[in-house]
Amino acid sequence: MTESNNMLEIKGLTIHYVTDDGVVRAVNDLNIAIGRGESIGLVGETGAGKTTTALGILKLVPNPPGKIIDGEIFLDGEDIIKKSEPEMRKIRGNKVSMIFQDPMTSLNPVMTVRDQIAEVILLHEKMPAAKALEKAEEMLMKVGIMPDRAKDYPHQFSGGMRQRVVIAIALACSPELLIADEPTTALDVTIQAQVLELMKNLKEEFNTSMIMITHDLGIVAEICDKVAVMYAGSVVEYADKLELFKNPKHPYTIGLFNSIPDIGNDVESLKPIKGLMPDPMNLPTGCPFHPRCDKAKPECSEKIPAGYDIGNNHIVKCILFNQ
Amino acid sequence: MAEKFLEVKNLKKYFKTKRGWLHAVDDIDFVINKGETLGLVGESGCGKSTTGRVVLRLLEATAGEILFNGEDVLKFNKQKMREMRQNAQIVFQDPFASLNPRMSVSQIIAEPLVINKTVSSKHEIQKKVASLMETVGLASRLENVYPHELDGGRRQRIGIARALALNPSFIVLDEPVSALDVSIQAQILNLMDELQDELGLTYLFVSHDLSVIKHVSDNIAVMYLGKIVEMSDYASIFVDPLHPYTKALLSAIPIPDVDIKRERIILEGDVPSPIAPPPGCRFYGRCYARKDICKDNTPELLPVSEGRSVACHIVHEQRKG
Ligand SMILES: Nc1ncnc2c1ncn2[C@@H]1O[C@H](COP(=O)(O)OP(=O)(O)O)[C@@H](O)[C@H]1O
Ligand SMILES: Nc1ncnc2c1ncn2[C@@H]1O[C@H](COP(=O)(O)OP(=O)(O)O)[C@@H](O)[C@H]1O
Ligand SMILES: [Mg+2]
Ligand SMILES: [Mg+2]
Repeated sequence: MTESNNMLEIKGLTIHYVTDDGVVRAVNDLNIAIGRGESIGLVGETGAGKTTTALGILKLVPNPPGKIIDGEIFLDGEDIIKKSEPEMRKIRGNKVSMIFQDPMTSLNPVMTVRDQIAEVILLHEKMPAAKALEKAEEMLMKVGIMPDRAKDYPHQFSGGMRQRVVIAIALACSPELLIADEPTTALDVTIQAQVLELMKNLKEEFNTSMIMITHDLGIVAEICDKVAVMYAGSVVEYADKLELFKNPKHPYTIGLFNSIPDIGNDVESLKPIKGLMPDPMNLPTGCPFHPRCDKAKPECSEKIPAGYDIGNNHIVKCILFNQ
Repeated sequence: MAEKFLEVKNLKKYFKTKRGWLHAVDDIDFVINKGETLGLVGESGCGKSTTGRVVLRLLEATAGEILFNGEDVLKFNKQKMREMRQNAQIVFQDPFASLNPRMSVSQIIAEPLVINKTVSSKHEIQKKVASLMETVGLASRLENVYPHELDGGRRQRIGIARALALNPSFIVLDEPVSALDVSIQAQILNLMDELQDELGLTYLFVSHDLSVIKHVSDNIAVMYLGKIVEMSDYASIFVDPLHPYTKALLSAIPIPDVDIKRERIILEGDVPSPIAPPPGCRFYGRCYARKDICKDNTPELLPVSEGRSVACHIVHEQRKG
């Protein structure tokens, strides 16, 4: 048990995929905490370990090849790692819900959307079937789908509407924590705006804590309270949103900001980060970012940096900040 | 004085479908000046890729004119068409979707040279491939590697090298960085910028990403459901968007800056079907500024100020006073 009243607290989480070709070190010594009603953005490029982290929290990492090697995950003060699969099944969809990038992975193609929501409600709450159907329609209304569409099947909806159905399912049992894994990446920008607006409103209405996984710093700016920047399986920088956007410190975070074409100002040429993301099967020694880092010193290749607190709960995993 | 390189007039491309004619590109006009970039932006299905393909005659136009240096491509004979095929190239989002996976990097880059017999001796082909690889920043040790072994950024460099093999003057770039992570995307955008300067290339750059479009373009055309709704220089549209759709599109982009506070316009519903569209403005059903006139009358793309035009009855009325 922890003493804190955080909704979620992850300490030293390490997840590997053990494959025939080698060990993929997907998540390495990850620490984050989320307060009640708070939302955190988990940002990083492809392969950074964002989805694996999310699956870890739900104990859904495919095993084999995946394995939680180390760490503690306290959900509402209870260590999830110690829970049995039947206990986890009660938690998923109830206390914690997840939304995936592709809505079709969470929808049943041969069931009407209303029935799918009712099914989830009945799985976690005792009530008459008719009442569950009624509640399902209410949830659909909340996500902007009118009752006349409630008996339609997923394929009869557009991508944006399907994702809204998935949100209705995810929120049907009023979860305390919502994990959204790139929920709008597959959507067009005007539809993305609809879905983000909806998530923002529902999060407030239900006071849900949220982990928003994204590669888009713009989305983080819009709906998160805190940000964790991931690189090659590690959270390299962690701070409140305002602090991180106004005062980014880690060379990788700064590189990310410089890579984004700026819609507000004119820039002649972008300042990309040199080189490529390392292969997590073959991570460099020391700081995983050092081969691409302009500020790297000889020590950077020797020791994995600790997370240094530079004040304001702003943590940077880089030896430049070791004072 | 800017020199017109490509001029497209009244271009249409309709596809026959079971449910009727699909108006993928429906009467569009634009000009690209020599050495400049036109950015074509809009959401999925609005007709960007079709426009790029029709311009290169990879798809036959339903109607219209496509003038390269004043000559109508649709009237070209075989010989002229062969020249044009060398002179105008395309780079796709995933350059390997259509390629033989058993070809090595150097074979892929050499293929256009071999097919077009522009260079004859093996030695010269090798030399040209090596120089192309250097131009796009591919290490020569990758010559014999297969593309599936490479990351997305390097694969896109191969696609660009291949497109450059025949010394084109024009390239259609169809979502060339959309599959790439931002740190790699920035590398490729800078590369294309350098190539344009060095080789005097003219680009038609297709993307759904307005911040990328702003960065690369001299002029921008915003498409919605087969129509160009607004044209502008690269900057004005971001300061003062005119068409209600452009305004909504701009306001929908999440901006990675916590100081910018914007009024967001949330559009209702989805883009309607492009099959047998009703008369009137294509945006009518979702427009928050619509009036009766918009329902049955298709607005024309009319100039409103230097370098800017818009297809919206409301804007036209306001301008008339
Ligand atoms: N089932 C799996 N087997 C082996 N490796 C995997 C598996 N799932 C993910 N990985 C690897 O783990 C790393 C982290 O992946 P992921 O968590 O999906 O990252 P992200 O969501 O940030 O893109 C990547 O290198 C990925 O290839
Ligand atoms: N070969 C085809 N046959 C029928 N319809 C097509 C074909 N190619 C594209 N379309 C349709 O034309 C419209 C425009 O497509 P496209 O040019 O690919 O849009 P964009 O590139 O802007 O996403 C879409 O409705 C698409 O479904
Ligand atoms: Mg992922
Ligand atoms: Mg396209």
